[in-house]
Amino acid sequence: MNPYRSVVMIFLVAISPSLGAIEVYDFKNQQQQELYQELTQELRCLVCQNQNLADSDADLAKDLKDQVASFVINGQDKDTILAYMVQRYGDFVTYNPPLNAGTYFLWFSPFMVLIIGAGVLIFNIRKNKQ
Amino acid sequence: MKKIIITLIPLSIFIGLLVLLFMNMGYHNEQVPSPLIGKPVPAFELPLLYEDKTMTEQDFIGEPWLLNVWGSWCPNCLYEHPVVTELANSGLRVVGLNWKDEFTDADTWLKRLGNPYDVVLVDYKGNTAIDFGVYGAPESFLIDGNGVIVHKIIGELTPENVNNEILPRLEQLK
Repeated sequence: MNPYRSVVMIFLVAISPSLGAIEVYDFKNQQQQELYQELTQELRCLVCQNQNLADSDADLAKDLKDQVASFVINGQDKDTILAYMVQRYGDFVTYNPPLNAGTYFLWFSPFMVLIIGAGVLIFNIRKNKQ
Repeated sequence: MKKIIITLIPLSIFIGLLVLLFMNMGYHNEQVPSPLIGKPVPAFELPLLYEDKTMTEQDFIGEPWLLNVWGSWCPNCLYEHPVVTELANSGLRVVGLNWKDEFTDADTWLKRLGNPYDVVLVDYKGNTAIDFGVYGAPESFLIDGNGVIVHKIIGELTPENVNNEILPRLEQLK
């Protein structure tokens, strides 16, 4: 075996446990499985704040994933589960922040920039026409 | 003149943005503001570490108290331990929430360092911690006599945040 191949082999062996470590929950159907995946991708892990729950291996993320899974299995809908998390951890916990007084700037600043840009553009076009 | 002003607008916005970003460069905040401030303590029923009974949030109604989330596995809890002890000695009722810990570990830790807590609640699975929006240890909640959360300290208690954030609020509650 040449050295290159053995390195590849070691690498494959090294990553195999992490590939095998997928949480197993007893979802009743495909919809529940999908809802669980959707939620864990939308919810932020608060320990490692630039990861979502699905990607995170932190202890708290596991607890929260268990919690989400049990809600999903018990038939709770998406809004109820998101509300549960936001009540406890605030808007920061979701990667899809709701529209409220604290997030107006976040949502509307791109449109403001667009309007300002359009204004400048129209102003310049008109000026050139004259 | 008008032309100059108009051409200067994008530049000034750019410089303003630069200043804003530069000013915030040293300010990196991982603390998530708690939505629970001003709200009643989440309901719980938890066993005690040293007594064979459970307590609920109703058992703490009457006087202000501090809920301190800790674990023997948490290095910063060790760091804040003297501050917690001092706060408890000053007369404030300090309640420990032993978060995701084993009895022997918690017991050894408290025997070694001293037990500052009035009572220690045990949250073995971490469900109550989730209800409190805890995402790391230590965290401390100042709760008034009616069971409303007044303030939350994320991370360790220090002489600074005790003097600047806890004690003034405690004074107001009296």
